[in-house]
Amino acid sequence: MKLLIKNGHVISPENNLDAALDVLIDGSKISKIGKNLKDNVDTTIDALGKIIMPGVVDMHVHLREPGREDKETVASGTLAAIHGGVTSVLPMANTLTCIDCVENVKLLKNIIAKTAKANVYLCAAITKSREGKEITNFTHLKKEGVIVISDDGASVDRDDVMLKALKKAKDCKMLVFCHSEDKFLSQGGVVNLGFTSTKMGLRGVSKESEYKRVQRDIELAEKVDAAIHITHVSCLESIEIIAKAKNRGVKVTADTAPHYFSLSEEDVWSYDANMKMNPPLRTKEDVAAIKEALKIGVIDAIASDHAPHTENEKEIEFERAEFGVIGLETILSASITYLVGQNILDMSTLVKKLCSSPAKILGIKKGVLDVGYDADIAIISKDKEWIAKKESFVSKSKNSAFLGKTLKGVVDYTILNGKIAYTNVNK
Amino acid sequence: MRKSSGLNWTRKDLLDLESLSKEEIELILSTAANFKEVSTREIKKVPALRGKTVVNLFYEPSTRTRVSFEIAAKRLSADVINIASEASSVKKGETLIDTGKNIEALRVDIIIMRHNYSGAAQVLARNLKASVVNAGDGWHEHPTQALLDMFTLKEKLGKIEGLNVSIIGDISHSRVARSNIWGLTKLGAKVTVCAPKMLIPPAIDKMGVLVTHDIEEALKNADAVNVLRMQFERDKENAFPSQLEYFKKFGITNERLKKAKKDIVVMHPGPINRGIEMSSNVADGANSVILEQVTNGIAIRMAVLFLVAQANDYVRKNK
Repeated sequence: MKLLIKNGHVISPENNLDAALDVLIDGSKISKIGKNLKDNVDTTIDALGKIIMPGVVDMHVHLREPGREDKETVASGTLAAIHGGVTSVLPMANTLTCIDCVENVKLLKNIIAKTAKANVYLCAAITKSREGKEITNFTHLKKEGVIVISDDGASVDRDDVMLKALKKAKDCKMLVFCHSEDKFLSQGGVVNLGFTSTKMGLRGVSKESEYKRVQRDIELAEKVDAAIHITHVSCLESIEIIAKAKNRGVKVTADTAPHYFSLSEEDVWSYDANMKMNPPLRTKEDVAAIKEALKIGVIDAIASDHAPHTENEKEIEFERAEFGVIGLETILSASITYLVGQNILDMSTLVKKLCSSPAKILGIKKGVLDVGYDADIAIISKDKEWIAKKESFVSKSKNSAFLGKTLKGVVDYTILNGKIAYTNVNK
Repeated sequence: MRKSSGLNWTRKDLLDLESLSKEEIELILSTAANFKEVSTREIKKVPALRGKTVVNLFYEPSTRTRVSFEIAAKRLSADVINIASEASSVKKGETLIDTGKNIEALRVDIIIMRHNYSGAAQVLARNLKASVVNAGDGWHEHPTQALLDMFTLKEKLGKIEGLNVSIIGDISHSRVARSNIWGLTKLGAKVTVCAPKMLIPPAIDKMGVLVTHDIEEALKNADAVNVLRMQFERDKENAFPSQLEYFKKFGITNERLKKAKKDIVVMHPGPINRGIEMSSNVADGANSVILEQVTNGIAIRMAVLFLVAQANDYVRKNK
């Protein structure tokens, strides 16, 4: 099977491609990139006026399977992924059946093998049942293909346990992925602490609860020279801590989610639970700091933190509603709208944040358009607008923070391992 | 009365004072002034809401607010049904919106809701065509309480604009404080909040108020003082000082009032903890308007029910 993508504009910053080029795919790999390519192919895609970029590597998603198949499954979540131009995902281990042992990894791998419509990488818990007490068997998990360990949804409170995990992870060459939150400080909080929590009459989540834990996680990683990744960074203070750590050579990387650079605490004032996430939407100053951090490289990557919840868990009293929003189908267009559209990043830098940078952090050969790489590609109309509605989403859950918003960037084709996995173009 | 007062009100719900304009608040106050007379008649009833059904949906125990709303609705000739959370299907796990839709399916026109979660009235209102009146949601707002406080103040002092009003007590957990702050500042009063540090929420100054922890300071230039009920029984966070300590530092006593303006108006949303937030002789003294507040509550709630019902009728007929 050969596939030729013609007349498009290829962007792949890792190998300095940002030009009108054709891409030839042979089987599952990219075989040629160049001008006016001609070959005897099975399929030709005319990408005139479109951007050809690597498929997005979303390093933070929740697919809810096994256990909460009413919210999402591996099948529905990966379908949402390819609709959003995402070709690789890393689902967190905090499923109802926690991915904390070899048996559960095998169970998940079996589901993935049978139902996944995108590349799914494996993440397992740092501690058993994510209770923060006893670390899991990293060596065995690694043998099963686990590349990241994380208690996401929770942070390991005990310093001794975290330190042990970081040492062990370093030995096993695995990445520790941190949801940095001090629950003792954030307990009961549902919105940003300050004017927002005060005027809404709700308990607040302080920034200290995030950045003090970021600081701790980094210090422990530094002590044992382990690699650490801070996920869903939401505030200025965390950014400053990460920047300082990077400057002194700590192996720390970080990501943020689109809602942290596109929305702020004011969006939550209507008690819309689709604006309720953890960490909470912060102030406008924090939003500006996140954008700046993406620009100067303190924040390496963008990940969706795709967190599907049913309507029954969202359209209820705000305090009772679950935390989190879906994001696989908006990560690309929200990033284009709020970063490229507002001249924060150019398209090439955005591709880096969405594709090659997360791939590098995860240590996977993805996120680049080059000869020999897997043909995981998104072909998009960058400036085409669409309005996000519940009906727009194929995810089982509809809890998007962008409902009703006009977003820029439409995915026309998603190619996975050399095959057209999704297209909105009538053939 | 009906035609002259209702035309500028277009909201089907009353959820908070934050989103109301100065004019809308003044309209409620002037409508209430018209309704106040009804309660002094021999036959305390007008037909304004005849044929309308009003439900009091209370998820928190409340006697005075519920009774006040019930009397207000009845003096407007509405039919009133009370639902308390214990008696409803809440405990069977029904969602708030399902409960609301079931009540609406009974062709109910107005739901008056008290709820322990902040924002619950917003969630209900945007899912229903029926009117929703917020009778207190969590720590968020209690708009009719603030409206009756302002009504009473205006009655006593002739105006709101330019007044110095101090709110004393647990500001952090008080919906009465929040509604009063929004309402009073919109009408041009200068508001000071006074409480121990633990009971002042962060960034409250952004709501347009001054903050003090000194009761003498709060009373000094005040034209009125609104004294909140200290809910010691709900203090799970140990944020409160002891009752005795609180009374010593923040309690309103005749001694403290001697240093304040002679005609200072003393308000309290009730029920009073005598000897904790104020002494008995202040509660029963010449400056106290506490029982007038209760009486005025009926007029305010009549006005609110009347205005939202009329706006909702208008929307339905003209759509």
